[in-house]
Amino acid sequence: MTRVFVPRDMAALSVGADEVAAAIHREAEFRGAELTVVRNGSRGLFWLEPLVEVETAEGRIAYGPVAPEDVPQLFADGFLNGRASALCLGPTEEIPYLKNQERLTFARCGVVDPLSIADYLAYGGFKGMVHALALEPAAIVEEVTASGLRGRGGAGFPTGIKWRTVLNEVADQKYIVCNADEGDSGTFADRMLMEGDPFCLIEGMIIAGLAVGATVGYVYIRSEYPHAFATFRRAVELARDAGYLGYGILGSERSFDIDVRLGAGAYICGEETSLLESLEGKKGVIRFKPPLPAIEGLFGKPTVVNNVLSLAAVPLIMEKGGEHYANFGMGRSRGTMPFQLAGNLKHGGLVEKAFGLTLREAIFDYGGGTASGRPFRAVQVGGPLGAYFPEALLDTPLDYEAFAARKGLLGHGGIVVFDDQVDLARQARFAMEFCAEESCGKCTPCRIGSTRGVEVIDRIIAHTDRVKNLQVLDDLCELMVDASLCALGGLTPIPVLSAIRHFPEDFDKPPAGILSDGEAATATNPRELAR
Amino acid sequence: MVGMEQSGPGRQSWDRERGRDIIARWRELPGACLPILHALQDEFGYVHPEAIPLIADTLALSRAEVLGVIEFYHDFRQEPPGRHLLKVCRAESCQSMGCEALVSHLRSRLGIEMDETTSDGELTLKTVYCLGNCALSPAVLLDDRPFGRVSPQRVDELLDLVRSDR
Repeated sequence: MTRVFVPRDMAALSVGADEVAAAIHREAEFRGAELTVVRNGSRGLFWLEPLVEVETAEGRIAYGPVAPEDVPQLFADGFLNGRASALCLGPTEEIPYLKNQERLTFARCGVVDPLSIADYLAYGGFKGMVHALALEPAAIVEEVTASGLRGRGGAGFPTGIKWRTVLNEVADQKYIVCNADEGDSGTFADRMLMEGDPFCLIEGMIIAGLAVGATVGYVYIRSEYPHAFATFRRAVELARDAGYLGYGILGSERSFDIDVRLGAGAYICGEETSLLESLEGKKGVIRFKPPLPAIEGLFGKPTVVNNVLSLAAVPLIMEKGGEHYANFGMGRSRGTMPFQLAGNLKHGGLVEKAFGLTLREAIFDYGGGTASGRPFRAVQVGGPLGAYFPEALLDTPLDYEAFAARKGLLGHGGIVVFDDQVDLARQARFAMEFCAEESCGKCTPCRIGSTRGVEVIDRIIAHTDRVKNLQVLDDLCELMVDASLCALGGLTPIPVLSAIRHFPEDFDKPPAGILSDGEAATATNPRELAR
Repeated sequence: MVGMEQSGPGRQSWDRERGRDIIARWRELPGACLPILHALQDEFGYVHPEAIPLIADTLALSRAEVLGVIEFYHDFRQEPPGRHLLKVCRAESCQSMGCEALVSHLRSRLGIEMDETTSDGELTLKTVYCLGNCALSPAVLLDDRPFGRVSPQRVDELLDLVRSDR
């Protein structure tokens, strides 16, 4: 029977995938056509969603973006046999956006039925875990270390070193905690994976458990992701029923189980110690480090806290070896990164490539330029704590060190593009405002500094003692960087200072209705103040 | 556009015994406080003040600790919300595609601010930062139903949808 694929991914649903699936069922019944509709994840080509695929002898043929009213014509054109039609995009794998990627972690996403273990196995699933079951824990850690994998949540800490620390701890209980609190604007890779290939994350967590001697895992999913939560929780039940989770994995002596928890709308809970507090049922107030979570983590026990993408990279590393993974990438950034193209872009979506792709390639070759058709002006990489870069920095390669050298960060790989309508003074103000809104309140530089930051930026925008206030803002940012306890307060100055450094003209506009006080002519160059 | 398939926030009116049952069901879970608060809110739409001492007694916490948790997280409410909940993303990606124009449109159409409920109790507006639909900004979530590339005109259609579900 012909298989037709209509994504169940939240983004596809947001532009009508359920209605398209219903229309296909209706039309098939009307015509007496025999078909099965598979609700797959998304391929990550979101401007083409709902992207409908048909399985043919020549492979899968794509049609998109499909609206419910297009469906009768698709049937009339013979799309069930992969025939040409106005919306036909040809073989899915040949679409350049997809073809030119290096999909390692997302190889199965959008291809398989996310809730079919048979599909997962048919596409190489659980091979890494089976291999790991035959190894000593230290050998698993060794393989992950050899891959050069660094934490994909944003900090980029080597995963193998974190695992070794937990392995070396002696404790009656250890935990694997998966950070699925993907709060950065411009990011959706964790969500896509949990909705499109949840068994991959489950397998990665089992391997982590085997590697460090942990028998319990928690996945902390943000509440803004109701679809990811529902799909992932169902996948855990299916894996447990099939013997991959629970007591004695696949009849072995090893055990591991997963509990799925829901966040409650706090950005700070993406910070690992705050996440642990939240899992313990408390306010998400961050903890002092040390002790590291690897030594004293969840409920005081040694805990691996890894991002979804870090854990999801592990099955392939165990299947094909650390060296295979390390062969991708540049410098100390090994492997691939699922970059997420977002904001004002024509072709937003997921681009998994080896590190080293330049920003320009990402934004123009893949992203197709702005959605509005207006000139590009700024890009923020790495979420709300990432730097705003101008056109002049677009040849920066997407690599941890290259971004750090330009006072930016790669973070979780989100790339948000703005056209020339953006006001960077306003964006800088928003960075401080967001920090004030989301601060856990534990340390003063973040709690008070962010509110003072909003006030100072307001004065600069209003041309009130502008030069003096630029100096005050600079001092305040220095204090927040040096004295905040975690990355929220410590990195909020990055978008603020980058906006001043690269877009000084936006901080020197005559306020509406008020003539410039003449100070602007003699003002110290804000570039120098921002250093 | 199809009708409302998913209901809004929990609509049962507060029932002390039912609340006690929900708390008892989750009490053995490690770190039970958040799961309990979510379960109460799923049922009743908010966390009733009477639930606070019940949770505190069950989990051996002080009432202040339970209240502290409720107040820390943006999701938990102590007042009943509207029959439908519209979450509007106002983070950077949606800003780049004009979410603030959507917010202005909603304000003037409904005569309420963000994080308020219409006087007929029909709809609550809520600011959120990121729904993970950033390639299709601006994005909103109506109850648990996502919408992407939302124009002011599309918002009007959603408001009609809400109104038709009385």
